[in-house]
Amino acid sequence: MVERPILELKGVSKSFGAVQALQYVDFEVKTGEVMALVGDNGAGKSTLIKGIAGIYPYDSGEIYFEGNPVHIHSPRDSAALGIEIVYQDLALADNLDVVANMFLGREKTESFFRLNEEIMELECIKTLDSLSVTTLQSVRQAVAGLSGGQRQAIAVAKAVMWNSKVVILDEPTAALGVAQTRQVLDLVRRLAEKGLAVVLISHNLHDVFEVADRITVLRLGKRVHQFVTSETNQQEVVHAITAGKMETVPGMKS
Amino acid sequence: MTENNEQIQSAFLSNEKQTTGSYLREYLKRVKSGDLGALPIIFGLIVIVIIFQTQNENFLTARNFVNLIVQMAGITAMAYGVVFVLLLGEIDLSIGYVSAVAAVGMTLLLREPGGWPWYLAVTVALIAAAVIGVLHGWIITRFQVPSFVVTLAGLMAWNGVVLILIGNGGTVIVQDKVVIGIANYFLPALWGWVVAIIFVGGLAFLQITRTRTRRLRGLSSTPMSIVWMQIAGIAILTALAVYVANQDRGVPFVGVLLVALLAGFSFLAYRTRFGRYVYAVGGNKEAARRAGINVERIRVLVFMISSLMAGVGGIILASRLRSVDTAAGGGNLLLNAIAAAVIGGTSLFGGSGRVSSAVLGALIIASVENGMGLLGLSAGVKFVITGLVLLIAVLVDAVSRRGRQQSGIA
Repeated sequence: MVERPILELKGVSKSFGAVQALQYVDFEVKTGEVMALVGDNGAGKSTLIKGIAGIYPYDSGEIYFEGNPVHIHSPRDSAALGIEIVYQDLALADNLDVVANMFLGREKTESFFRLNEEIMELECIKTLDSLSVTTLQSVRQAVAGLSGGQRQAIAVAKAVMWNSKVVILDEPTAALGVAQTRQVLDLVRRLAEKGLAVVLISHNLHDVFEVADRITVLRLGKRVHQFVTSETNQQEVVHAITAGKMETVPGMKS
Repeated sequence: MTENNEQIQSAFLSNEKQTTGSYLREYLKRVKSGDLGALPIIFGLIVIVIIFQTQNENFLTARNFVNLIVQMAGITAMAYGVVFVLLLGEIDLSIGYVSAVAAVGMTLLLREPGGWPWYLAVTVALIAAAVIGVLHGWIITRFQVPSFVVTLAGLMAWNGVVLILIGNGGTVIVQDKVVIGIANYFLPALWGWVVAIIFVGGLAFLQITRTRTRRLRGLSSTPMSIVWMQIAGIAILTALAVYVANQDRGVPFVGVLLVALLAGFSFLAYRTRFGRYVYAVGGNKEAARRAGINVERIRVLVFMISSLMAGVGGIILASRLRSVDTAAGGGNLLLNAIAAAVIGGTSLFGGSGRVSSAVLGALIIASVENGMGLLGLSAGVKFVITGLVLLIAVLVDAVSRRGRQQSGIA
């Protein structure tokens, strides 16, 4: 683990009018690790992610990807680097089947503009197998009939299918029950084991402690702490998030 | 975990071992859970046939069958376009008068002396219709206004254009032989059979090669026995239709045109990126946008298809009546075309529906109208019954959708 982080932000700032959303924030994630990004509402998590995603540029600061300085001006730029973001609302078309959703916007075609369904279906199955997504009945099933956990798995699989190197997951377990949360957390772990860099945004410290290798804490637009998960505990992280206003762990799931 | 993994891999891929029996059982299960497909329409058609045949024995004759195909042709062509608009979750209220603009434009270009050749007149009329559609689509996407309002404005404005074009003449007669032939030419018996063989053969070839490729690659596929049964069923129906038509004047050219359009639009909807994107935009616009799909372009193109097919429908109607007049494009035309797509099973809320629903729905509407015409019912009774048919179709769809949602197929 002495290698350089694959994605590194140095001193990024962003303000919206008078509101300073990010102030000289450093952030990094390495290949093969899960980096959790935690913080209270308004701490700047979304702003940080949207800068990486290319939704809007940072006002100042540098981005390094695989050690080289890069500029990200649009979602296309970040996708070209191999950064994929799975948003909370997943962005799946319910009426289309799993294969169609995974390839949406990047369909494979053959002669006469014909969609090559066979190749797409095989690649889809391969990707789902490699992630051990095991609960689907058929990849030709409409997404509308899937459970929350399965939908999350499809959204993640869609993100990793394109040789992505960094996957950012925004609150992947927020709307899920216990068993489905379990599935998604396993999936997050497997992404890291496959050699991807994973950024996990979550409010649920229980989840974070289960899968994250390191934890970055933001508070009021600043990075207040970066923990190694094995060397800390939930009390310490809550303390960092809330600036010591809260010592116990709220909403901890059993 | 690895053991589990292998099991699953086989679960995804092993459906190829599906037997005829298991396929049929699964099909029955789907039907029971509310995934009725075209079954309600076929059932409805049978009911309609029984009712009208018992009331008037002329309903189920070769002559009336051929009439029916010609009568439904205009609505069907327009309904193909409506299906695409509805798939996006939009509506196009202008198609009635856009069809009239195309028909009147073509007729005026053909008018002697100095009339244009038919192919030029038809091409110009269709291009005009397509341009009108692009205009509607551009306004809708550029200014973010509901398609309902823009095409409602179109409905009024294009009605006005029809009146202006026709002027004080009242009725303009179509004299060009080829254009009249679109809805009034019937294939000689032998050619009817040739077309039928090409149609069934082509379909069989596509189905079988598709099933073969899927099986070779180890993907789940329909059992060959079922594929052959489906092909045999279509072959029998096609042969029956051609045989009956040949007892009268023969297969109408316009019938062949409708089947060709059905094949073309089915390919567009299910086998190309464009079709995939239409479904995606109708299902979840935001997801489509994030996937990098140019949503605005898709919408403009769909309104172009809608207007273009309105133009095709208008030309078919003008050919059938051999004239256009100031009433062209009015009356029930617009609502019948939309009702055809909806009765056929295309959702008004976008994202779900099939191209063939245009044919099935138009068949229902045309048979009801045709049958009531034979019975000599008054216009009032006709409207009430057509309305009830539409209502029943929508209710059947709503009830079966509830079943589908409960069993999670949607």
